[in-house]
Amino acid sequence: MGLFILRRLGVMILTALCLTFVVFFLTNLGPNLEKLAKTQGNARMTDAEVVQWLDNRGYSRPLLVRYGEWLGVAPGWTRVAPDGTETGRCVEPGGTIAESPTFCGVFQGDLGYSTVSADDVSNVVGGRLALTGWLMLLAFSVMVPAALIVGILAGMREGSRLDRSLSTFSIASTATPEYVSGVIFIILLASSTSGLSPWLAENGWIDGRTLFLGSARSAMNDITFWNFTLPVITIALYGMGYIARMTRASMAEVMTAQYIRTARLKGVSFRNIVLKHALRNALIAPFTVIMLQIPWLLTGVVIVETLFNYNGFGWTLVEAAGNNDIEMLLTCSVVAVFVVLLTQLISDIGYVYLNPRIRIS
Amino acid sequence: MEQLTWTGTLGTFLNPIMLWAVYAFFAAFVINLGMSLIGMRQADPIVNPDHTISYQYGPVDYALLVMKYAVFVFLGAFVVHIIGGIVQPSHEARGIIGGLGARFLPVWIALIVSFVLSIRFKRRLGLYGKLFDNLIGMIGFGLAMFWLFTAIFAPMIATHGAIDQVASMRNAVPGSAVSGGDEGLFAYYLLGGDNLGRDVFSRMIFGAREVLTIAPAATLFAFMVGITLGLPAGYMGGRFDTLITFVANLVLAFPVILLFYLLVTPEIVEAGVPVYMAAVLFILPVAFVWVLLYSRYRAQPSIIKWVAVPITLVLLLLYLGTVFQFDPFVWLATSFIGYLNQGNPVAEWMATTQGEYEPLIGIPIDGNLLIVFVSVVFVNSPTVFRIVRGLVLDIKTRDYVAAAQTRGEGPWYIMLWEILPNARGPLIVDFCLRIGYTTILLGTLGFFGLGVDPESANWGSTINEGRALLRLYPHPPLPPALALMTLVLGLNLLADGLREESLKD
Repeated sequence: MGLFILRRLGVMILTALCLTFVVFFLTNLGPNLEKLAKTQGNARMTDAEVVQWLDNRGYSRPLLVRYGEWLGVAPGWTRVAPDGTETGRCVEPGGTIAESPTFCGVFQGDLGYSTVSADDVSNVVGGRLALTGWLMLLAFSVMVPAALIVGILAGMREGSRLDRSLSTFSIASTATPEYVSGVIFIILLASSTSGLSPWLAENGWIDGRTLFLGSARSAMNDITFWNFTLPVITIALYGMGYIARMTRASMAEVMTAQYIRTARLKGVSFRNIVLKHALRNALIAPFTVIMLQIPWLLTGVVIVETLFNYNGFGWTLVEAAGNNDIEMLLTCSVVAVFVVLLTQLISDIGYVYLNPRIRIS
Repeated sequence: MEQLTWTGTLGTFLNPIMLWAVYAFFAAFVINLGMSLIGMRQADPIVNPDHTISYQYGPVDYALLVMKYAVFVFLGAFVVHIIGGIVQPSHEARGIIGGLGARFLPVWIALIVSFVLSIRFKRRLGLYGKLFDNLIGMIGFGLAMFWLFTAIFAPMIATHGAIDQVASMRNAVPGSAVSGGDEGLFAYYLLGGDNLGRDVFSRMIFGAREVLTIAPAATLFAFMVGITLGLPAGYMGGRFDTLITFVANLVLAFPVILLFYLLVTPEIVEAGVPVYMAAVLFILPVAFVWVLLYSRYRAQPSIIKWVAVPITLVLLLLYLGTVFQFDPFVWLATSFIGYLNQGNPVAEWMATTQGEYEPLIGIPIDGNLLIVFVSVVFVNSPTVFRIVRGLVLDIKTRDYVAAAQTRGEGPWYIMLWEILPNARGPLIVDFCLRIGYTTILLGTLGFFGLGVDPESANWGSTINEGRALLRLYPHPPLPPALALMTLVLGLNLLADGLREESLKD
């Protein structure tokens, strides 16, 4: 088991290095750097000025060297201008080369400087991740129980009417991406001119003008049922169908097993068969699916945060990508890649623990 | 001319019927739910002494019957609306629903024809025919074909152009009469106008065309790439398998949205990345076709010479023309004529032609569209690869593969002509699902405005445009949103029906 985890960790680190290098390569392509120079410096720079600007900021050296600097395994660049001011990757503005560290990269905990937020990446990203963490947490706490209940109810009597209607519901939910369901929810529940809200307000059944708030901006300070329901159910709905279908398949398979038939022939009630005998075995497969769903929700988070104006991690990613904020984008990809790999690792290990029939030597 | 009503003249007596059907359905549903909660069940069949079966209907059965007939009545009223829209001459009498029904006339005809033919010959059509034994599959097929036919007949269905603007129709509500446009325009904006005064209905129709040209093609390419790599990886294993599996996992670990944001930008197109990616991804299908034909007809040189080689050459020319805008014929001819005429104006003319000709064979595809296409293929193919590899690992232990090996067949023959045909069931099901997934991906790209022309009628970008004024004018983003949902739903139901029927074998 220990060797297995070690090997997985090795592959994980290799994958993370490859992926960050790809992101580094794509963000540092010539046209991207030119755009960066023009947005940061002056939009009307000539080509020679662009080259000069990039040169002064250490962008013109070989890609691998700069990747090493970013990682913190190569010494950061330094430069002494003709007028004697010393600049460098690790040099604070106004500082000198002598009193700065030689290495400053991810391994040293320095994530770099975000050109859009005009602040250190590490200062910005923490708060944004916390905001997204709340969104994900609430979405998961709605999605997982609902999906498991739907899946178990559908799978316990395969082919029944309940199964068919719940399966159709889960198919419909996987066919409704966030940008569709979000728009429909806003129109139905959060618009003061259309949907249910005008009717409810007229009858005096709701306090405000709308049932829910169509923007989650206020939820960044204070999460309430009113301003956070729509983003949460929008994310939960799309992810739910898939988990429910997997749970249904797993449940249906377990219900045909020999030991269930034995229990039934012994006269155990249907309720006890489902709750005490089938459920535990039926939940092994969905566990993996649920863990692997987390990275998949990332796209949903980006869409929902854009749609509902919630400045979390997804919104930061969109901002960074739109403005070629290289170091912010790299940090975002590191975070995303680690979430993906970590969930894969947890799902593998968890699967082995939950299912004693699998042994890894 | 005045504002159209939703239901026209038929509405006066059909609306109450539809309303009552909805009420009856929900009332029966609630009663049924309550009865099942307190433990009442549907009636069990009673076997009579004369071996016939009869039922003693209880309240649960009656509630179910009410639900069933309510659905029939509702659908029936809806069909009457559409027929009413087709037969009634005036727009006012048709109403919006009838008007839409009349515009979709070519689609209805095509759907009826395809259903009648398919059901008539379903016993001779293999898996496709079996689909028509399955209600869910039939509904899915109907929805998917509805949008396919809409895409095909788009110019006949749309009432206006996708980008025609009428200034006075900005944010017009559904059913508004067109005022202030040119003469000869269709008299109404059936589903209203968007914030630039374009017809929402026509944009939805032309959007179907955009979505349904890219999504299936991209899925097909993803399948070709996944199959070409997955077959040898699963069959031969070894270093090649380890390497390709690692790369596939790498792509799968990349969050899709981050990849899109990095790849689908004008700067990346400028740097030429899409061309390199297309060069790698698009050569695989050509290689696939060649190996497919060669491994089968190796022993028949005449077929190789007259069928396999020409097909592969045409595909190769298509590949060169599409990806590199390079046509070897033009290049050779211009070089040759230029060489013969050295020193006179003809040579110069040949040199300029060589610089800026359009390839004779080749699909003219612009950089932005190419990068969208390539990214979607790139994102989808690792999943296809994993599915194919898994299937191959399973199938290669079968007896017929061993028999082929004993016969002395080459590895590519076994992969392509023994293993692949036997893996087709799960692959066809996944193909349908994946078209739906690709449609969602394309919508996501459009929603973020990545790689699409800002005027494009693509559903994702239309939804995004309507987002700004959503709370005031809900009608512009709603039709494309529902269109995307029904198309993907149709494809998913179709895949579900196919899976169920293929498992019955």
